[in-house]
Amino acid sequence: MSTIDQSIKKVIVLGSGALKIGEAGEFDYSGSQALKALREEGIETILINPNIATVQTSENIADKIYFLPVTPDFVERVIKKEKPQGILLAFGGQTALNCGIKLEDSGVLEKYGVRVLGTPVQAIKDTEDRDLFVQKLNQISVKTARSFAVNNLNEAYKAVDKLGYPIIVRAAYALGGLGSGFCNNHGELEKICNNAFAFSPQVLVEESLKGWKEVEYEVVRDRFDNCITVCNMENFDPLGIHTGESIVVAPSQTLSNTEYHKLRELAIKIIRHIGIVGECNVQYALDPESEDYRVIEVNARLSRSSALASKATGYPLAFVAAKLGLGYGLFDLKNSVTKTTSAFFEPALDYIVCKIPRWDLGKFEGVSKQIGSSMKSVGEVMSIGRNFEEAIQKGLRMIGQGMHGFTGNRDLNFESIDEELTRPTDMRIFAIQAALDAEYTIDRIHELTKIDKWFLVKLQNINDLKNKLYAFDTLEETPLELLREAKIRGFSDFQLTRMILKSEVEAIESNMNKVRTFRKKMGIVPYVKQIDTLAAEYPAKTNYLYLTYSGNEHDVEFPRDNRSVTVLGSGAYRIGSSVEFDWCGVNALQTIKKEGLRSIMINYNPETVSTDYDVCDRLYFDELSLERVLDICDLELPKGVIVSTGGQIPNNLAMRLHRQHINILGTSPLSIDRAEDRNKFSGMLDKLGIDQPRWSELTSIDDIYHFVDKVGFPVLIRPSYVLSGAAMNVVSNRDELEHFLQLAVKVSKQHPVVVSEFIEQAKEIEIDAVANKGELISYALSEHVEFAGVHSGDATMVFPPQKIYFETVRRIKRITKAIARELDISGPFNMQFLAKDNDIKVIECNLRASRSFPFVSKVLKVNLIEMATQVMLGREVKKPDKSIFELDCIGVKAPQFSFSRLAKADPVLGVDMSSTGEVGCIGDSYYEAILKAMLSVGYTVPKKNILLSTGPMRSKVELVNSCRMLIEKGYNLFATKGTAQFLQLNGIPATALHWPDEEAKPNVLDYLRGKMIDLVINIPKDLSKEELANDYTIRRSAIDYNIPLITNARLASAFIYSFCKLTPDDLAIKSWNEY
Amino acid sequence: MAKAKNARLILENGKEFSGRSFGFPCSVAGEVVFNTAMTGYPESLTDPSYKGQILVATFPLIGNYGVPKTETENGLLKFFESDKIHISGLVISDYSFEYSHWNAEQSLGKWLNDNKVPAIFGIDTRALTKVLREYGSMLGKIVIDEQEVDWYDPNEQNLVDLVSIKKKTIYGTGQHKIMLVDCGVKYNIIRSLLRYDTTVIRVPWNYNYSNEAYDGLFISNGPGDPAICKPAIHQLETALGKDQPIFGICLGSQLLGIASGAETYKLKYGHRSHNQPVMQHETQRCFVTSQNHGFAVDHHKLKGDFEPYFTNLNDQTCEGIRHKSKPIFATQFHPEASGGPTDTAFLFEQFIDHIKKSK
Repeated sequence: MSTIDQSIKKVIVLGSGALKIGEAGEFDYSGSQALKALREEGIETILINPNIATVQTSENIADKIYFLPVTPDFVERVIKKEKPQGILLAFGGQTALNCGIKLEDSGVLEKYGVRVLGTPVQAIKDTEDRDLFVQKLNQISVKTARSFAVNNLNEAYKAVDKLGYPIIVRAAYALGGLGSGFCNNHGELEKICNNAFAFSPQVLVEESLKGWKEVEYEVVRDRFDNCITVCNMENFDPLGIHTGESIVVAPSQTLSNTEYHKLRELAIKIIRHIGIVGECNVQYALDPESEDYRVIEVNARLSRSSALASKATGYPLAFVAAKLGLGYGLFDLKNSVTKTTSAFFEPALDYIVCKIPRWDLGKFEGVSKQIGSSMKSVGEVMSIGRNFEEAIQKGLRMIGQGMHGFTGNRDLNFESIDEELTRPTDMRIFAIQAALDAEYTIDRIHELTKIDKWFLVKLQNINDLKNKLYAFDTLEETPLELLREAKIRGFSDFQLTRMILKSEVEAIESNMNKVRTFRKKMGIVPYVKQIDTLAAEYPAKTNYLYLTYSGNEHDVEFPRDNRSVTVLGSGAYRIGSSVEFDWCGVNALQTIKKEGLRSIMINYNPETVSTDYDVCDRLYFDELSLERVLDICDLELPKGVIVSTGGQIPNNLAMRLHRQHINILGTSPLSIDRAEDRNKFSGMLDKLGIDQPRWSELTSIDDIYHFVDKVGFPVLIRPSYVLSGAAMNVVSNRDELEHFLQLAVKVSKQHPVVVSEFIEQAKEIEIDAVANKGELISYALSEHVEFAGVHSGDATMVFPPQKIYFETVRRIKRITKAIARELDISGPFNMQFLAKDNDIKVIECNLRASRSFPFVSKVLKVNLIEMATQVMLGREVKKPDKSIFELDCIGVKAPQFSFSRLAKADPVLGVDMSSTGEVGCIGDSYYEAILKAMLSVGYTVPKKNILLSTGPMRSKVELVNSCRMLIEKGYNLFATKGTAQFLQLNGIPATALHWPDEEAKPNVLDYLRGKMIDLVINIPKDLSKEELANDYTIRRSAIDYNIPLITNARLASAFIYSFCKLTPDDLAIKSWNEY
Repeated sequence: MAKAKNARLILENGKEFSGRSFGFPCSVAGEVVFNTAMTGYPESLTDPSYKGQILVATFPLIGNYGVPKTETENGLLKFFESDKIHISGLVISDYSFEYSHWNAEQSLGKWLNDNKVPAIFGIDTRALTKVLREYGSMLGKIVIDEQEVDWYDPNEQNLVDLVSIKKKTIYGTGQHKIMLVDCGVKYNIIRSLLRYDTTVIRVPWNYNYSNEAYDGLFISNGPGDPAICKPAIHQLETALGKDQPIFGICLGSQLLGIASGAETYKLKYGHRSHNQPVMQHETQRCFVTSQNHGFAVDHHKLKGDFEPYFTNLNDQTCEGIRHKSKPIFATQFHPEASGGPTDTAFLFEQFIDHIKKSK
């Protein structure tokens, strides 16, 4: 054994903050692993991460947790207080890494004697700075993409002389890839350069690697210079599409042994030369016509890819990297799957995994659906199979956008398949399917997409099988061999039902059951296989499992002793469902264990802790479809299934599982159905005498007008069929209504539209609660800072509520109790209310855990999920004696937006959710908690200049006092015309700026471009998503020039009050357990 | 795909696995072994150490990148480890009928068929591997179209004699003369030696080289039980008496071990993979290695001036031996890789350095 540094007794770990595009749940997983690795050594761990919904910020993972921004100032203050000997920078994504570099550069780490464990900061810099990186790789003759910075067309010609065509031109300082493009000749070069120089004084001329394969290696090195590559991965999409936007397979499939090992050898050479201690990833471009390559980049930290590689192989990269940071050698550590063999080895896979990104581009107004060099996806899935066809079909179902696999999908129409293939969108894989149906040859598809033909042929196999299946009409006449082959190639029972039985939507569910019964009778069933890191070479007691039809034997036995409980996970992270449900799932698993039962997890999201085989007794890394859950239940015969901790996916399965006689633990699926079905729920509320906003399901335009005449504007419209744009909208007048109905929505008997009364200026209040057999046993009430109209996932939430009447609380409790009793709830549930004066209306009721469960549980220090799980397991649960009114601290949950990643998207909030993550901070006062939360999601306290454009009169009035306060604090106010006039009328000095579309100076745009503004407050004129171009330009420019932007008057006011009353230095550095 | 004939793999213990044929449609018997490598089937199939064996690939997707061109360099096929397929049969899970690679010339199925080697796909290779792991390598046969075939135990035969070159062949014209005893040498060993300023004199396994001039002696890899190779061991005993550098790989390491007075034994299940971890003695240096062997030197029974050089980190078996004072060393793993990781290629340079110093 090598010795580790005994002087390290206390270590700070930096988290990654709120989930955002490009930085998501993978860092909860890596951070949790690192903390576990440190704790095992008896080292005291301090975690700084404002993301309260994560698993890593839970009890018993770190010794102390600070819900504070991961910024140099706050981290320094924590260091000053805690006096740690070491710090880990590699486990919190780019946020932690950037913060660490700043702490090193400013001398803070040296000042307090804090050592960076693992990869030294210099090595990090060598990989982050493009010039240093190229120099460093040149020193060991490793190739990077050749690039020249040029200042005029002549220099561009000279660069081309050295590079040869094709080349890519990129404007050096332009935002969003403006002015970039590929050139094949002098004519194109001249055209593109002229365009590029319009955006930027300097232009980069680079060799084009378009169409090259993109391959990644995950590499580990210890301080003794021992190196391994844990996994390699190959992108299905060739270079040009960000790896976060690509379908990725592991291990690589089209590389020969020489190619595989050439790149592996290079990766090790690079990691040694740079001096990584821990983990890093190396990305390559590989010529599809030779062994030529270029290194694209090296990430000297745990990454999305490393999380994927850990899940793909079973090798816990983050855990091992943390141990290496402490000074261990790889040879000191054991393979945590086999527990007997060494951690110095490279996993051998006997399966293929496929990662597929999940996009939610439909949620945004104005954003392009094309995918390319910047990342837009919000989550991902990983599927496991024993052939590519099986893995990709599983994966395409897992992304959860209504697809049933590669084929068998409806409603896919491509205007131009050629266009879709050459300029890919989030639908590219389905465009390939359409191309195959349109009899495009593999060569033609390859030419248009540059996707390796190996992948295309496999996709063609699926399509061919589909055609074969369509030739039969009954199960009995379909050859068994064909049925078996279809299942081996990943066809679901749904696909078979659609293809063989030609069932229409209404009959599919019952016919799927016929398919299932038939194939089971014929012995066509899936087998359970283990992921054991060594392809069965050594015995391993691994509980990491998947199902496949390429097998004839199970790897494990099924105890079937009525002591197993299955928890359904939450699937891919998406807008509206992310890490919070992972926390819920993990807590359910832990409670099951504590209660002496066996826990089984089903989930397929590689970015989660719930898919870590450590957290449960059995992990099925597989689909959350009815078919697959039934497959697993057939084998495990669990005591029951928990559907209420994984968000909407398991919730939607409740009734369907119930119909198949699966025991759902907790609240009856019949009750879930009563809450989910709009009509049933509404009827129930009427019966109980509980108020709700008036609504109606309508099938003609005339009916809509009638309804609106009755309830008045504004109304909320929820179409069931969307032509374009957002699915939900609020319209404020007849013009908007007409516009929306004509352009965006189809209204018919088949596609009804739900129209509801929209109550303005109402408070939104939420309750998260647990009931047992209909009796409310614990609850947490929170209020939104924003008035109703902002989606609850985008709202800023305050817990416990600070500004509501006691009578309101009383009424809400009474309603909650009545509903819990009526629905006989046993388990977690969440309700949302509108409160205006003391009028309470119910707007939503979910008989499952909600997004805010981890937040309220942690602020309250009562684990609502643990309690709910105990209830569901039928255990005796006592009412906690703690009430929310005894809390002497306040929690604020704030949303994180990723608009900067979504070029052209309008950063405005509405009834549909658009935030990608959240933070939760705790303070001794309301303003302290608000300020901490706002700083945690990237706002900064403005230095001098604030731009206001405050929309409707209501918002203008709302902000008057705040503006006075700003003036008192010495801020300069700038405003657009109307706002400036209003402020001046109220005696508040403000400089008027001209609108963006006015030629006149001073112009708003100049101030934004010149970064002369520190905060933009732009309130949209009404609740419609259709907005004026000028306001859009202001908001979008704020995002593009990285200026903090607030679009809600109530939030703006709360923020202004906070930073006027408190400075960041006033914010207490208190850990969670100090509250 | 529909045309593929039914085929079965039958094991000595009576277990059967059904699949379909994609190689030469003829039944065959041999010893069934598994390899967990994820790449490198053209290299494995032409590795003479697999003589007499039916190879099971645990990685399920095989054939993806076809089979490379038959280009030659220095009189050796450039992309293969010998001039023909040596395995008796191939067992896989999922076969790629279509391949895609710039360097490919034909499909795996066609290549197997042309070389008259049967192959079977659609097998639960994981279940099969677990059987082999449990009982150790065992005899088996691929039966196609119910065509009967007798059991065959390759270990009863002198396999080395079957795969070794029949007459002396010389490669290169460099200054360092290397006597290479071919017990079934992989081409990449010769390529690796030729990368330095060498002349490689490749001789049959039982060749008497004691009276010939050379600067360094190399004992190659090869199939089967080392104990059968008595003439080669006798030659080595004499060579050990001299001070010239010796380097052995795989079977070569076992032969050197026996010649030095140690013993070898058959492993319950051999090491056949690209991910075997080894650690160099008295250092903290570890390497990932490519391996393909069923026998090993017992390092507890090393005699005289020999000491362990490398040890397997998983099962602590012997991965190499060396002489305490003379420039003599051998590894159980394959520094020439092909297929597999290239971590230990530096051992060739070390051998050449020994030669330079001893001159």
